[in-house]
Parts: sequence; structure tokens; C-alpha cells
Amino acid sequence: MGSRASTLLREEEIEEIKKETGFSHSQITRLYSRFTSLDKGENGTLSREDFQRIPELAINPLGDRIINAFFPEGEDQVNFRGFMRTLAHFRPIEDNEKNKDPTASEPLNSRTNKLLFAFRLYDLDRDDKISRDELLQVLRMMVGLNMFVSQVLRMMVGLNMFVSQVLRMMVGVNISDEQLGSIADRTIQEADQNGDNSISFNEFIKVLEKVDVEQKMSIRFLH
Amino acid sequence: MVLFLDFNPFDNLLCILLGISFTVWFTLLLVFIIVPAIFGVSFGIRQLYMKTLLKIFEWATRRIERGAKDKNHPLHKPYSNAIIAKEPTSLEEEIKEIRRSGSNRDLDSASEFEMSDIFYFCRRGVESIMDDEVTKRFSAEELESWNLLTRSNYNFQHISLRLTVLWGLGVVIRYGFLLPLRVTLAFTGVGLLVVLTSIIGFLPNGRTKNFLSEKVHLMCYRICVRALTAIITYHDSENKPKNGGICVANHTSPIDVIILASDGCYAMVGQIHGGLMGVIQKSMVKACPHIWFERSEVKDRHLVAKRLSDHVEDKTKLPILIFPEGTCINNTSVMMFKKGSFEIGSTVYPVAIKYDPRFGDAFWNSSQFGMVSYLLRMMSSWAIVCSVWYLPPMSREEGEDAVQFANRVKAAIARQGGLVDLLWDGGLKRGKVKDTFKEEQQKLYSKMLRPTWGPQNGHSSAP
Repeated sequence: MGSRASTLLREEEIEEIKKETGFSHSQITRLYSRFTSLDKGENGTLSREDFQRIPELAINPLGDRIINAFFPEGEDQVNFRGFMRTLAHFRPIEDNEKNKDPTASEPLNSRTNKLLFAFRLYDLDRDDKISRDELLQVLRMMVGLNMFVSQVLRMMVGLNMFVSQVLRMMVGVNISDEQLGSIADRTIQEADQNGDNSISFNEFIKVLEKVDVEQKMSIRFLH
Repeated sequence: MVLFLDFNPFDNLLCILLGISFTVWFTLLLVFIIVPAIFGVSFGIRQLYMKTLLKIFEWATRRIERGAKDKNHPLHKPYSNAIIAKEPTSLEEEIKEIRRSGSNRDLDSASEFEMSDIFYFCRRGVESIMDDEVTKRFSAEELESWNLLTRSNYNFQHISLRLTVLWGLGVVIRYGFLLPLRVTLAFTGVGLLVVLTSIIGFLPNGRTKNFLSEKVHLMCYRICVRALTAIITYHDSENKPKNGGICVANHTSPIDVIILASDGCYAMVGQIHGGLMGVIQKSMVKACPHIWFERSEVKDRHLVAKRLSDHVEDKTKLPILIFPEGTCINNTSVMMFKKGSFEIGSTVYPVAIKYDPRFGDAFWNSSQFGMVSYLLRMMSSWAIVCSVWYLPPMSREEGEDAVQFANRVKAAIARQGGLVDLLWDGGLKRGKVKDTFKEEQQKLYSKMLRPTWGPQNGHSSAP
């Protein structure tokens, strides 16, 4: 029920969130409405199940990783402040006020912080390095399972090529483990500069230095 | 006789006054509401009521806005429209764009994978967290203006004294006058339905029975319509469903049935309930053949289909009324139609029902309210205002399967009612989304990773 929404959020809280995240007053109240409508347990926090109830998020191949980004280390609930802090990464950079306080810390939606959000989707164990395994895991999530294909193909060793090709077509076009492995190796090879066979955050930034991160990782509000 | 000696004259007077007011009340009820219901005429009282209410609501909203401006507080505007801008680009287009911006190589010799590919999924994911198309359909629509009901107000602190007085008056009128009136009518309507249909059930099957059963059903539903103060506008009545057809409509609340059945006779389809509902169902079926299923039979799709097709083949039987969404949606969109009723092969008569939420929100949020509290909320709103459009009949075309036919009918209903046409299943209200949708996304992305080396890619892409 949205009816109690804006009355439960105090003005001081709205001001604090405004300062921390840069969202405007109306954007904060709207997102609070959204927060409460997702909060089925009505206890002021969201759990992972609350997020998974959004069908468009549940069918996103990286849905679980994105949901994870909202929850601080080891926690199962996120409150409204944490919710807004994570969403703030996607504010367009142009929305930032022109005269910024030079002593203020870097805004949450800076280019670096946007890249950090993406980096953390890869770096599951938070050791500040993307290992080959972690890269493979993300690739596999985006590409889908096809264990069945490789298993069936291995079974088909004795039969002729035509049958196994037909079978492959019937079962799906997704990519095999070997191919993903090659992709992962190539990617690390291209990005790794200090030869430790993994990608650090700085190497990550370097690889993506030309990509229009500001636009691609921003969500525009209509008001 | 001894008892009366203990009463003092005031009590006697009180009794007489009560008796008189009761009689007056009942006569008014009879003349202005029940008799017109029987004959299907209207005095136009409800239309006048509606216009007056609208003027009051507009005034109330202006007061709130003025109050908010005076205090310099921003007003909470509900997000009935979208919050964020969503680009309708496909997965392929977006990822290509991201890759293009990141490299100076020609796209045709592009790499299979770039680390920036996840930006697409990231952004789409967070967009759906901020605003998605599905979850908001399962809760009541938020209104732009205030309709003097506490349940739909978000700006409490801006209400002036005059407005509060008006609101208080509204509460008194709604709960003190309208609610008892409506409850009386509801009981009358339902009671008459049960009693009269049971009586008609004793008649032998034939034209007289059908005729009487029609009249009785119509009369009782019209009384129920007045019990909700429902102000309904029917459009295009020349397309009304005929015998041997199936009438499909979008579903917002159980009241939909009353609204449609007060303008035409239908054979209802549903599961037999216990309690009061069960009594009503059992007596209704005595007078005319409705299709009620036992709980166990509902799961058997073939049985359901067989009974429905048997019914439509008999041209003397009334058209079937079905709500293919299978669940109540909040009247801002139409969700996936289940294909069962479209496989039967008879003519489909689509009907679009659109409620005007300014007078009372008709959506039944079954996870929030039980049936009784829902009905009480309905009866204590100002009115239920809705429009019903009878769309021209449709049949399955050559080469069209049931799902495509269902989608075609759904699109027609959505267009007429001004509702958003969604492909999502209304069952998502309670259940999880199927994995096949995620697998589709994964397949689409896999195609982008087309490996440019090796003999293994002898296979052609995607079935």
C-alpha cells in the first residue's frame, strides 16, 4: 500500500539521502514508494526474495549478482538508505551540481564508481581481482547452461558426425565449456598487464577506458 | 399485557417514530431502487450524484495543492506513469553499441566478448528494480487527485480545516447512510436470487422456465448493481454475446460478473465454493445451466474443455462468461490470456471493462483483503463507475493457433479499454516466472559470442 509512504519518511532523512546520493526530493519519495511496494513483509527492509519477485529481474541472466550488490557483506536485509546508496551509482553524471564542494568525497555516480559496481559483479570473492574462474562463472551465467550438450556429444563418440550435429541443433546453440574457456583466456591475456593471470581494478579501468560508461550505466529519471 | 404497563409514554412515542421512519425508508427504497431495478429503468439519480462528486473532488484537490504551495512543501505525486526512461532497444543493438564505443575496430571483425557486455544486463536489471511492468499491476492504481477517501490520500499534512470538515461529512454519509442502504439492498438482491431461482427450479424445462429465469437473474443483478451504486455505461450493445458463444473479458474484481450479468444473461463458469457462495451457486444452477466444477475437476483440463464445448454446441444454452486472465489485475493492463477457452472453437465475444478509479477503486487485492472486507470497502466508497464495451465477435482464423488467437483478442480488448497490453502471466502475482524466459535471454546473448575460429562452429545458429 502506498498510502503511508511519504508520511513515514521524515524530511531530515530525505535531506540526508539527498546529500549522500544526489537524488532530488521527488525522486527520493518516488523510490521510497517503490521500496515500500517491494517490501512485502512491511518491516522496512528488503530481502533477496523481495527482489526475486520482480519478474524482469528474475529472467535477467545476471539477476542474482545484481541483487547481491545491494546487500553489504554477509547481510540478508537492506534498508532504504542502502537501497538508495546502490541505486545512486546509476544516476546520470550530468545531474551532478555544477559547483561541487571540492572537499566532498567522490560522488557515488562517478565514472570510477560505476566501473567499480561492474567490477564487483565479476569479483565474487571481493579480493579485488577477477580470476579466470570468476570470469568463466559470469560468462556461463550470461550464456546459459549447456552441460547437456557436451555430455550428449561425449556419448555420441561412436556415431557419425551428422547425427551429433543434428542433436546439437536440437539441444541448443549455447556455447560449450571449451569455447568459453578460450574466451576467458583471451580476455585475461588482453587485459592483464602485471602478469598475475587475473584482472585488477586498475587493469579493468584501462580496458574500458574508451567505453561510454557514463551513458551506458546511467538511468534517466522522467522528473 | 402486563409488560406494556411498565413502559412510559416516551418509549411508546419512540416506537411509533421508529415504525414510521422504517416504513418511509422502505417505501423510498422500493420506489426509487427496487422497482426500477425490476423493470430496468433509471431515474438518473446516480448520474447527478456522480457529477456532484466530481466537482467536489476537483475542489478538494485544488485546496490540497494550494495548502502545499503555501507551506512550500513539494506535493507527493503518485507514480501512475513511469518513473524512469526506458529505451526499447534490443539486447543485440545495445551490446553492439557498447562495444562500438569502446573500440576503434570495425564491427564485423569484432571480438566475441568484451568485459563491457555486462553493462547491458546491469542497467536492465537496475531499471527493473526501480520500475517494472508487472509488479505494479497487482496493487491498486494510485490517483492524481484526492477523492475524499482516507485510503487514497498521501498528503495528510496539507489538509485544511474546511477540507477536514468535508471529509468528516463524507465519512458520515458513506458509513452512516450509504453503507446500511447498500447492505440492505445486497441482502435483498441475493436473497431474492436464491429464493426465486429455487422456485423456478421446480418448473419443467422449457420456454417459460428460460424466460422466467432470465427475468429473475436480471432483476436480482440489477438490485445488486444498485447495492454497489454502480454507474455503468454500456457501449455498442449490438455486439452483445449470443447463444453458443463465449464471452471473454478482462478481470479486475468479482464485481465484473455482476456488471456484465445485469445487462445480459450468461452461463457462469467456476469452482463450487462452500458457504454462502455455494448456496447461491447451487440455487442458480437450478434455474438455468451454469457450469460449476468440483475442486478436483478443475485440474483436469480435458474435462473442463469437454464440458465447455458441450455447452456451446447446444444453441439453446446461454453464452459462457469467462475471464481468461485467471486472476484479478488492477485495471491498468491486460495480462496473458490462458488459451483454454480459445481452443474450443466457437465464436468469441470480447468485452472490455474499464473502471473509473476516482470514485472508488474496484480492484480486489486478494492478498490484502478477504472477500468480505473487500465488499465492505466497495460498499463504503462513493460509487463504482465503469464503462463496458462490447467488441465485435471474433473467430479463430486459418493457420492461427489458440495462443495467437488469444493474443489477438487480448490486444483488441486492451486497445478499446485504454489498457496496457502485456504478455506476462497474471499468475506471476503468486508464482515464480518460468526459467524459459531467462534461457531465451541467454540464447540471444550466446549468438553475440559467435566464435570466429575453430571447426566446431559447423552448426548453424539457432533453431
